[in-house]
Amino acid sequence: MCHQTVSLVARYLEQHGIPTMCIGSALDILTAGNPPRATFVDFPLGHSVGKPFDAEGQIDIVRRGLQGLERMTAPGIEILDVRWSDDEDWKREASDGASGGDVRQPRDTTPRYQYEEDRLLAEGG
Amino acid sequence: MYVDYMKAITERYSRLGYPPYDWFHADTPPPWRPLDKKLSDCKVSMMSTSGAYVAGQVAYFYKDDTSTRRIPKSTPTEDLRFSHITENYLVDPRRDPNCIFPIDALRRLEVDGTVGAVADDLFSCMGGIYSKRRVAEELAPAVHQNFKAQNVDAALLVAM
Repeated sequence: MCHQTVSLVARYLEQHGIPTMCIGSALDILTAGNPPRATFVDFPLGHSVGKPFDAEGQIDIVRRGLQGLERMTAPGIEILDVRWSDDEDWKREASDGASGGDVRQPRDTTPRYQYEEDRLLAEGG
Repeated sequence: MYVDYMKAITERYSRLGYPPYDWFHADTPPPWRPLDKKLSDCKVSMMSTSGAYVAGQVAYFYKDDTSTRRIPKSTPTEDLRFSHITENYLVDPRRDPNCIFPIDALRRLEVDGTVGAVADDLFSCMGGIYSKRRVAEELAPAVHQNFKAQNVDAALLVAM
């Protein structure tokens, strides 16, 4: 749903005068949302700008994405030539509607802290 | 081959007995605002939909939370945390926030001159919002105000 959200926000920002570049990893959702400019990174969700601890790879993705702001002269989605791994096993798992993929947490209005100490800190405890 | 996430999610919902989700399909061309100066002269900010927050801030909740967090660009990377309804995608961001909140990359691109400047504040939201109306009426105007207050020339939007 994040890719839908960025598409909607990008369209709003652009309409209100701010040029945008979306970077995402769900090509089908980006295509449906049709934001003004997007860079598609064919990595598993959670890694839109790179692999963990691959600082140079992350900088390269962000740089090329931002440069699209200058390069692109019309709306569209640019596909970056990056590869997550030599095989495509992760894609089969992510595509499987029966298993794998996302596991949604219960939807309520309680803040969900990464650590209990974050909760204590935020609540001034 | 690219992963067809809408199909996978539709199948998953159907197996769980949920009604199908009504995805946003744009039926008009996107608005277009050209960059009116060189990227190397632009002040840039970012919003990531990953549910990033700084230790000490209130975390996100998971039922259509349309709030945003202001994350100063001087924030130590190790102080970044995440709360997002699809927590299963946070395994790597919680080890290295830069996978989805590229604060180190932006600081580097400011130093090397790729961008003119990175705004003092970066932003996050929890993008797993089911209500498209609330994204349009609450989140998008708030994000616009955030960026306007930073006087940005362009915005990077990172989807999780």
